Amino acid sequence: MSDLLNASWSGYLRPDGRKGIRNLVLIIYTVECAQHVAHAIAAGEEDVHVIGFPGCYDNAYAIRLMLALARHPNVGAVLSVGLGCEYTQPEKLADTVRASGRPAEWFFIQQAGGTKSSVAKGKETVARLREQIRRETPRVAMTLADLTIGCECGGSDGTSGLAGNPAVGAFFDLLVDAGGRAVFEETVEMIGLREVMLSRAASPDARLQLAAAYDKAENYCRTVRQWSVSPGNFAGGLTTIEEKSLGAFAKSGTRPIQGVIRVAEAPRGPGLWVLDSVPDEHFMQFGYTNPNDTEGLMDLISAGAQIILFVTGRGSVIGSPVAPLLKVTGNSATFRALVEDMDFDAGRVLSGELTLPQAGRELGELIVRTAQGEPSKPEALGHREYFIMYKHQNTPGLQAGCRA
Amino acid sequence: MKSRAFQIQPQDNVATLLNDALAGVVEILGASPQEIQALERIELGHKIALRDIAVNEPILKFGVRIGHATQRIPCGAWIHLHNLASDLDERSGSLDPHSGVPTDTNSAYV
Repeated sequence: MSDLLNASWSGYLRPDGRKGIRNLVLIIYTVECAQHVAHAIAAGEEDVHVIGFPGCYDNAYAIRLMLALARHPNVGAVLSVGLGCEYTQPEKLADTVRASGRPAEWFFIQQAGGTKSSVAKGKETVARLREQIRRETPRVAMTLADLTIGCECGGSDGTSGLAGNPAVGAFFDLLVDAGGRAVFEETVEMIGLREVMLSRAASPDARLQLAAAYDKAENYCRTVRQWSVSPGNFAGGLTTIEEKSLGAFAKSGTRPIQGVIRVAEAPRGPGLWVLDSVPDEHFMQFGYTNPNDTEGLMDLISAGAQIILFVTGRGSVIGSPVAPLLKVTGNSATFRALVEDMDFDAGRVLSGELTLPQAGRELGELIVRTAQGEPSKPEALGHREYFIMYKHQNTPGLQAGCRA
Repeated sequence: MKSRAFQIQPQDNVATLLNDALAGVVEILGASPQEIQALERIELGHKIALRDIAVNEPILKFGVRIGHATQRIPCGAWIHLHNLASDLDERSGSLDPHSGVPTDTNSAYV
């Protein structure tokens, strides 16, 4: 316990004062047409990750999300690559990132001479950026208090609410007590828990924020007639969305909730925060909230989480760019079946091998080793899945137009 | 190995199986330890009724209402999509209780 609280390691100091556990070059493509070139540039380049937006027509939410990932504490430099016809502007992305004190470059494929020339230009740029951030990034001591950790769950089963999520909750209590930031999301998986959630508010203001986020989520689910529960959840023993919600909420631990942040916002202080990724009502309707697990993980990384946790009872093989992902399961059979991919077996709580506080501490030790540079399983396997889509949150007045 | 299930809160009328159970004795751990006779096979992660439950009675887990009984449920029965429905999700009654797969879109698979 005291070992965990005293753990210290060397991180990367960013100009905004935040500290990273990796020093990555991030490639951002601004339309699907540039996707192949972006991935070809990153191929075989260790510590070069790729994200991008597929649409030609731009979207303020997606731009904010990409900029939050580009200015993430684990990212040292950025190369943005466009085709040349699209709405989203790689030059504006690079300029905005440069204003954060990071080196950033950009180019249009149509001006670089096609696929091969663009890949060669990109590889030469990435090599230069990597050299620069290795040379120039100041190193800094880090502890648990410097960490923001995000958590979501997916592929939940009857063990997720009994062991997987409670183990994360036990760790979140430790992290919050150490002065760190803990972020959990999926307000559409808090359905049925309005009073339970509000009773955890740290302040009257936090209570108002939680009530608004809850009411929007329930209204969203009623309106689109889609509840966040799937065949795999049912097969795993979960029967209703209310039941799944209770299990999912267990990842929050027991500490007060400081308030609600939205996608691409960092927590406004230490402690426990809810991330609201549900679309706002808009003249193009809600759209989808979290169409898959990867989309939700992007949201957590956009809050500045240096490491993210994914709790899955049924098992999953996804990973993430920018922030290493650790996969936790409350189902020991799933852990054994997918041992190549799963990082932490919280099912030992159910077999009596481990108490819940012990599981929380052991998970904390794994998180510290990951922060110290040990690759998570998805990271070592090369998993870098990402998903950035059209969504409407805090839509600017111009886009809302006269129909708003 | 004896089958085991976990009851989270004392007011819960269900417990969650910690291993796959056949019909027979299940040891209930947690809030109110006891032994219950399972009436049928119940898989890991699924729920067992801890007492007789009437139609429309709330099902309680974590001490919170997770839906209502759609038929009379005897003590020791498997509780799932065939006898428990969400109060909110109108689709929850149309799913196959064993696989969880939807049946209301079958007509689209042509």
